[in-house]
Amino acid sequence: MVRHAILQFRPEKGRVRENLARLAEALRLLKPHAPEVVVLPEAALTGYFLQGGVRELALTRYELLELLSKVHREAGWEGLLDVVVGFYERDEGAYYNSAAYLELPHRVVHVHRKVFLPTYGVFDEERYLARGRRVEAFGTRFGRAAILICEDFWHSVTATIAALDGAEVIYVPAASPARGFHGERPENVARWRTLAQAVAAEHGVYVVLASLVGFEAGKGMSGGSLVAGPEGRILAEAPLFEEAALLFHLDRERIPPVRYDSPLLSDLEAGLPLLLPDLTRVLNGRRHEAS
Amino acid sequence: MRLLEAPKAHEVLELNWPLVADFLTRFIREELAWRGYTKALVAVSGGVDSATTLALAVRALGPENVHALFLPHRDSSPLSREHAHLVARTFGVALEEVDITPMVEGYAALTPDLTPHRKGNVMARARMIVLFDKAEAYKALPLGTGNKTERLFGYFTWHGDDTPPVNPLGDLYKTQVWRLAEYLGVPEAVVRKPPTADLIPGQTDEADLGVRYLRADVILEHYLKGYPDAYILSLGYTEEELRRVKERVNRTHWKRALPTVALLSSTAIGEFYLRPLDFRL
Repeated sequence: MVRHAILQFRPEKGRVRENLARLAEALRLLKPHAPEVVVLPEAALTGYFLQGGVRELALTRYELLELLSKVHREAGWEGLLDVVVGFYERDEGAYYNSAAYLELPHRVVHVHRKVFLPTYGVFDEERYLARGRRVEAFGTRFGRAAILICEDFWHSVTATIAALDGAEVIYVPAASPARGFHGERPENVARWRTLAQAVAAEHGVYVVLASLVGFEAGKGMSGGSLVAGPEGRILAEAPLFEEAALLFHLDRERIPPVRYDSPLLSDLEAGLPLLLPDLTRVLNGRRHEAS
Repeated sequence: MRLLEAPKAHEVLELNWPLVADFLTRFIREELAWRGYTKALVAVSGGVDSATTLALAVRALGPENVHALFLPHRDSSPLSREHAHLVARTFGVALEEVDITPMVEGYAALTPDLTPHRKGNVMARARMIVLFDKAEAYKALPLGTGNKTERLFGYFTWHGDDTPPVNPLGDLYKTQVWRLAEYLGVPEAVVRKPPTADLIPGQTDEADLGVRYLRADVILEHYLKGYPDAYILSLGYTEEELRRVKERVNRTHWKRALPTVALLSSTAIGEFYLRPLDFRL
């Protein structure tokens, strides 16, 4: 059992120092509850919509580690704390929408760079950011995990790769402006819930969604962070639109029996190679004529 | 075997009003907060848009942090005054009245060829002068009240009623504002009366626009979502209605934008130099 906390955070736009101070405050609040992993949303230290301001606020992964190690110290945390956090990354002349898995205070365990940069409607990421090119699972002190950022998770192929690569937990930092107010929840929130449950159930993994809150020039980030278990059930859920810390235990021991009862991942492992020629064919723009 | 046929798909304008009200309440609170404001100011006309905005502001900030202004001209309908007072009473906010007649008539006296249409624009801009000055006096942020239908139709005075920096209703069609108003408890007399800019005696929006809001909003929603004309007509709307709606939208894109600036450099503001309006280091 690994004790987790999702920090559904509302950053002040562009104010990194103030946001780090508020993060230290949040960690002090969480300390008595002893989480071992704290999961923060996409762009948690700056706010999501920066346009060209990415240039002024992007950090290298080592600058990020240094800043968060300081937060770890200021919060008076004793011992290790793993943190998943979305940030704008600067590296070798390019900017990325990234999320890091850090083992505070010492180590960057993994950085995932968002592959699917939404550039439609209210979104304009690819104008300012470079694409990541990899989806991979990585080892943590608690087992294998993967990170997918926001739209990455809306494409089923990414979670498929992560699960086949051995991830038992998929961390999903997200920033999702609320839209579509016809139903019980905004349409984007309903979509996140359906997706999280579907991915968790298909692969027998945990999905941990950390979703930003706060208005950014009229766009209201929806929150509704959640954890879905390997059976595909939502195990815990944060409220919409407001800051919250969602505490839960993540029990990897549930995964083997669930996968035994519903061996979809091993079926996928066996069946997917059969489909690779067709995948290559359609990606090369060749469609079979009707036979 | 039962034969089933799915009904023709169409967009729905009915929303989850408690959720919308909660969202807009948070919007007002947060958009004021980062700008350093705790108080809002609403120019109440006696109409449904400003009444709904006032109701949301009171939910967001409490009646003690909301100021309401009524800005009549001597030609304004007496019903507007009655309704402005009714709305302010309903939501527990004191209503301050500033008569704009001397401002408007002072200019009119110097301008013998002033047409009713131009005079209407002068009234709207006089109201904006008062609204922003009072905002300064109260250290309150003025809230806009324009709805999505009038914004799409360009049915407002440019740099007049569209000026306030924060507008909670701007993505709701007029018919949606009516429904939200009902949910928020705006008095029925205000919700049910024919909408009017009340700039010219006897004026109504629907006579000016040549199309009913109930029909225009459905056409707009389908048009904006990319449904072809034939589809919209098949829902029971006329070619004339569709033409009017599309013409209104497509003649007024400029009114929904900041002034055009000649681009000379690769640091032109808003063209190359791009920062969101809430960006601050």
